[in-house]
Amino acid sequence: MLVFEKSRPGRGTSVLPPCEVETVTLPKKDRREKKLHLPELSEGELGRHYSELAKKSHGVNDGFYPLGSCTMKYNPRIDEETANLPGFTEIHPLQPEETAQGCLKVLKFSETYLCEITGMDRMTFQPAAGAHGEFTGLLLIKTYHESRNDTKRTKIIVPDSAHGTNPASAAMAGYSVVSVPSGPDGCVNLEKLREAAGEDVAGLMLTNPNTVGLFDKNILEITKIIHECGGLCYYDGANLNAVMGTVRPGDMGFDVIHLNLHKTFATPHGGGGPGSGPVGCKQFLAEFLPSKLVEGEEVLTFRKPASSIGEMKSFYGNFQVVVKALTYILTLGREGIPEASRNAVLNANYMMFKLKDLYDMAYDQVCMHEFVMSLASLKKETGVSAMDIAKGLLDHGIHPPTMYFPLIVDEALMVEPTETESRETLDDAIEVFRSLYELARLNPESLHEAPVTTPVSRLDEVTAARHPVLRYRFEESL
Amino acid sequence: MELREELKYSKSHEWVKEEDGEVTVGLTDYAQSELGDLVFVNLPEEGDEVTVGEAFGDVESVKAVSDVYSPVSGVVSEINEALLDAPESINEAPYDAWFIKVKEITDTEELLTAEEYEAWAEEEKNS
Repeated sequence: MLVFEKSRPGRGTSVLPPCEVETVTLPKKDRREKKLHLPELSEGELGRHYSELAKKSHGVNDGFYPLGSCTMKYNPRIDEETANLPGFTEIHPLQPEETAQGCLKVLKFSETYLCEITGMDRMTFQPAAGAHGEFTGLLLIKTYHESRNDTKRTKIIVPDSAHGTNPASAAMAGYSVVSVPSGPDGCVNLEKLREAAGEDVAGLMLTNPNTVGLFDKNILEITKIIHECGGLCYYDGANLNAVMGTVRPGDMGFDVIHLNLHKTFATPHGGGGPGSGPVGCKQFLAEFLPSKLVEGEEVLTFRKPASSIGEMKSFYGNFQVVVKALTYILTLGREGIPEASRNAVLNANYMMFKLKDLYDMAYDQVCMHEFVMSLASLKKETGVSAMDIAKGLLDHGIHPPTMYFPLIVDEALMVEPTETESRETLDDAIEVFRSLYELARLNPESLHEAPVTTPVSRLDEVTAARHPVLRYRFEESL
Repeated sequence: MELREELKYSKSHEWVKEEDGEVTVGLTDYAQSELGDLVFVNLPEEGDEVTVGEAFGDVESVKAVSDVYSPVSGVVSEINEALLDAPESINEAPYDAWFIKVKEITDTEELLTAEEYEAWAEEEKNS
């Protein structure tokens, strides 16, 4: 039941404090003609409403969440504590710089540490999330070529295993997208890359480890091919959790990167996050970054770079998220950061090893932080698809892995356990995966009907996509 | 899988009908059954140029978005606008649910007969 349906005229809460400042009456032309549609509930009813919704959801706090490529790691409480310090919450983005030196210091430290981890020289915190960061990075690449009067570069190369946002961001930035096929090992096909490289190529977008969870060992050759044709290399930080503190994108030959603080750096992901997708670059691109960059040693100031591409978001991005990420980095420290990545890789390999006698692995070799299974043969044999297994997991309190991605693997399930799960949790999940496989053979019908223990059973995704209901119609409810 | 003897087929699973220099393109029955229930279709516009082997549109199922490739080079002379509102018609009657018609053909890829396509699809299914 929606909160509007529970509303009764005249009920209210005392959640909001009384207004402490003078109120102003708007001129008549600016006033609403109709009253706002706001629900009217007592405080108790409101509390129950949201508790009820929370019970129907599944987050990292509720159970295992091995959603591949999303790095659903635990979000430490201490991050929330620091982000809620009054010095970070009771500020205004327009207040004078000298009165917010602590906040500028947060941005400066975060930039320094994240640049050290990624091998970049400068970083902007404006982008609100990953795809926004991609778009920002591509605008940097575009502006760089334009600044050199190199106008013939109209293409961005993207491997066929890429996240869908990569080609979408390239198209948004006005580029045409060239898709390069992966080899049988899941890595970039060098021969095809050489064929695609040329003086019309503005750049390449890549994740490493790639979307099948493997580290592309040819990475230095790949970035060299692009640089030799005059293009730049963009690193999608989606999979940084496998290598942080061990390998740096900057050393792999990348010129621009984005990070997802809401993945790799343990800030909340999903449910409105909000996200944060800082973009880092090498020095030769720094003057194109959006404002504001923090400068200075003793006294910190904001500066807008001379040839800035402009604002990608108001002010300093999702600042509170940066506070949480910085807390995470400082908590883990120089030893903890690479250790987290090593454990993420270990956990993924542990699960893969314990499942591979039953489930077909798309690439049967040591993986990085995630692995991809193909359920094509199980589907052929029993009719049980990757979707059915994913729905079956819901009945065991486990969030499904990423399904049907990457597109180059048929009936794919992509599992990313992350480093913050204990061996017991992994063992339990392995047992569930194994029991579902047996169930698929013994009683495939039951899996077509899963889930049965959740608040809602299997949803009609086709009707939802064909006839989406996108808003609540007040008129009809009254 | 349903096939039509009178049609030609591409290896990327489009069916092709040629009539008086105009080519009609759609998705095969095998393709629609592999993709599952389709929920969106993107088509080019009349007058757009299409190129052999390059995507001219895409279809979206609840699983994924897939490109639809042009088996010919030429100019789009007509699009099936009805598809945009009724993507399910591709699942229901793939050989009636044409996507585009192309004229001024300058290039055509090597197309398969119904029998050859059936063997190709079987092979792909088992690979």
